[in-house]
Amino acid sequence: MNQVNQVAESLVLSAEQKKRARNVGFAYLGLAVITMLVFSRRPGDAGFRLTEGGALLTLPAQQIAWIFGLVFVGLGSAQLWRGFGKISNIVLALATAMFVMSFLSWATAGESFSLVGMLQDTVARSVPITLGALGGILCERSGVINIAIEGMLLAGAFTGAVGASLTNLWFGTVIAVLTGVLLAWILGVFSIKYRVDQVIVGFAINFFALGITSFLSFRVLVPNPDYNSLVPVMPISVPLLSKIPFIGQIFFVQTIFVYFSFAAVALLTWSMYRTRWGLRTRAAGEYPKAAGTLGVDVIKLRYRNLLIAGAVAGIGGAWWPIGTVGRFDQNITGGRGFIALAAVIFGRWHPVGAFSGALVFALAEAVRLKIGNFDTGIPSEFLLMAPYFVTLVVVAGFVGVSRAPKAAGQPYDEQ
Amino acid sequence: MKLELRGITKRFPGVVANDSVNLSIATGEVLALVGENGAGKSTLMNVLYGLYKADEGEIFIDGASKKFNSPADAIAAGIGMVHQHFMLVPVFSVVENVVLGSEPTRRLGALDIEQARKMVREVSERYNLNLDPDAIVEDLPVGVRQRVEIVKVLLRDAKIVVFDEPTAVLTPSEILEFFEIVRTLIKSGKGVVFITHKLKEALTIADRINVLRRGKVAGDADPKTASEAQIAEMMVGRPVQLTVDKKPASPKQVVLSVRDLSLIDPDGRTVVDQVSFEVRAGEIVGIAGVQGNGQTELVMALSGLRNANSGVVELDGKDVTKASPRDRHSLGMGHVPEDRQRQGLITGMSITENLVLTRYHDKEFCDGMRMRWSDASKKAKELVANYDIRTSDPDQLASTLSGGNQQKVIVARELSRKIGLVLAAQPTRGIDVGSIEYIHEQIVKERDSGTAVLIVSTELDEVMALSDRLLVMYRGRIVADLDPKKISHMDVGLYMAGSRPESAVGSRR
Repeated sequence: MNQVNQVAESLVLSAEQKKRARNVGFAYLGLAVITMLVFSRRPGDAGFRLTEGGALLTLPAQQIAWIFGLVFVGLGSAQLWRGFGKISNIVLALATAMFVMSFLSWATAGESFSLVGMLQDTVARSVPITLGALGGILCERSGVINIAIEGMLLAGAFTGAVGASLTNLWFGTVIAVLTGVLLAWILGVFSIKYRVDQVIVGFAINFFALGITSFLSFRVLVPNPDYNSLVPVMPISVPLLSKIPFIGQIFFVQTIFVYFSFAAVALLTWSMYRTRWGLRTRAAGEYPKAAGTLGVDVIKLRYRNLLIAGAVAGIGGAWWPIGTVGRFDQNITGGRGFIALAAVIFGRWHPVGAFSGALVFALAEAVRLKIGNFDTGIPSEFLLMAPYFVTLVVVAGFVGVSRAPKAAGQPYDEQ
Repeated sequence: MKLELRGITKRFPGVVANDSVNLSIATGEVLALVGENGAGKSTLMNVLYGLYKADEGEIFIDGASKKFNSPADAIAAGIGMVHQHFMLVPVFSVVENVVLGSEPTRRLGALDIEQARKMVREVSERYNLNLDPDAIVEDLPVGVRQRVEIVKVLLRDAKIVVFDEPTAVLTPSEILEFFEIVRTLIKSGKGVVFITHKLKEALTIADRINVLRRGKVAGDADPKTASEAQIAEMMVGRPVQLTVDKKPASPKQVVLSVRDLSLIDPDGRTVVDQVSFEVRAGEIVGIAGVQGNGQTELVMALSGLRNANSGVVELDGKDVTKASPRDRHSLGMGHVPEDRQRQGLITGMSITENLVLTRYHDKEFCDGMRMRWSDASKKAKELVANYDIRTSDPDQLASTLSGGNQQKVIVARELSRKIGLVLAAQPTRGIDVGSIEYIHEQIVKERDSGTAVLIVSTELDEVMALSDRLLVMYRGRIVADLDPKKISHMDVGLYMAGSRPESAVGSRR
């Protein structure tokens, strides 16, 4: 009887789901229109290099646009007619990839560029977003909303740059970690101990970080260039793994920051779902009183998670000076901390999901940088908007389905 | 093991919740702690469980003084607590909920979930609790969730188990199962503290009864000799009338008519399912049911707070299915909502303001845009006197009133208008016996003056006593239409649980 009911319930889509499915169907049709009307306008072949300097994949831009456009029409109709059920997300991912490809073919028509290089760049750029998102997960899973990830990244980038310029790269990274922890501790004191609204404290920290790093950068770093000049780390090729065709180049010829972020994703996934700490963290984020009445010290747990999050975000911040450009610039993070929070929502508060979200956002950025080299007629200001635009679309599309930890944002009251 | 509380005093800003309370409990016995809402029962138990720190007094276990700074200390001392609002993480499985806080682990803090499952299975079998360790808690019925709580306590080797209002959320048959569990616990050498305001239950299960009144111990009672009336008198401090005095109803024309009303939740669940019934002038119709079976939503649809997905609601023959709450008010519907602090009152506004909330736009209180507060004040003073609202000044905030007096404000506001129908949801939830008595009287008086009354309540005793006709709601449907004088509590309980009694052959449905 019970089973029959469950089956019946799973067959009946809720009104909300139906509406969402319909919107996705229309979105596919929208993609079809854009591909066929816009991306079919430029004749010529687009060349994509699949290895550094080697094999070339040539795609006729116009034909690709028409073919993919027709596929989108098909997908859209199928979606509107009956939906894709369990494989909806895979179809969505494929459609996105096809759209990106037809866009790239259009943009590069008549020229060629390194696809592998762009994807390698994507993975590299995902580091701060991934680490920021892991920080967000650590906090929100235990019930603290951490909007201050952006501030932690920015402050970490600043102190990391100065620390590494004055001493060495390791010391710079350690300083960045300590900076993240310090900001996390401030957030903790206000939001956990004094129960100030977590979002407001978070914003205050963000503006504080932006203000003080801009001020110090202008007053200290500009007059003393020595304080802000370092040689960043070089990519390391992982033996064997880096020899895998295509994939190896993308994932295993990277800096230590990238490998650290891979490891952090794996470690957090394991600990969140397989350890005592993870169970308690999730309980504190869902229903802290349940944990509290069983003798778990929720306050301490939240502090600890917050400080770990600060450390992780600090490393994410150190990525800018130490992992890439070798210097600090004003507002160098440019809102990546907020994009990281979008990745958290995209990934449904799961580390692997957040990592894939980070890759999507990083891809938007890498494409933008690549396309900037071609004469596409798109104003560069619009290209600059790309990562933020993708964030907006993704968050608007996923927020409804994604369920936040229930107690996130609520101060815990022991009595 | 013998547990003693000596001279416990706990003060909150403005109130003394516990005033030098003494209490003792030994393993092998059931102690019932009874008292009205707000008498300090839960506070006392939270002191015992280490959630609150007592301002004065001490806790002794087997004669030795103990200090509990946190629940962890209380658990270690052998005290377990099943809270009124279950302390379960809804998205966790049974086993995750049970082991939380004392998880069996392997190296590196990795959970040993196999070991945990084994522990849950063992305890569940030993005490006959019948639990699936891998079921997700939010999918479980309330009675089963309570058993999860019990396993949590047993797994931590509690000697004394405190149950805070354990029967409030259970159906009558689940209550009997619960009593069985309590007896099993006693047999296996545990002690049980049973907190309740339902005297019948205390008399059934307890070996001793302690009565709390306004934070003080008002006396002890022996369940073998004491009567319900005696204990009620101890609780309230004066003789109280436990039954409702009313003459047989004389129903007249139909006032409220509901046909095939359905309501679907945003997540697609049908919460009110093809409900049809009528309420006539001069009768009280009661709707019984376990909480969460669609009563809340039904009342919202009737009062206009939510739109019905299909069906018709008629008031005095007029179709009001799509009418706004204010239109329904002006057509003569009085509404005493379920949640008095969130829907019934604006607690941050004064008593006077709350009393004219449904009528501030009447000519009686305003000239166009300008309120005539002097007239509103006059009316408020009159209502405060007529409806026995205990306050020194109607200009004080509604939040300063006790629960019972807040409820009287709502009742006064809704009944003092010219109305043809009263919609009362949980009219006496969580208020003192004196106020309950008073509100019941007012409702019966309203009926006798020819008003149609619809009472929705999860307190079976209350609907049985008040109603002239009793409907039972289960999973969004009306499953029975009964005469409360001709049916037993037990049989109504069966309907509430979705089955039907043997004797149902002769009933009206």
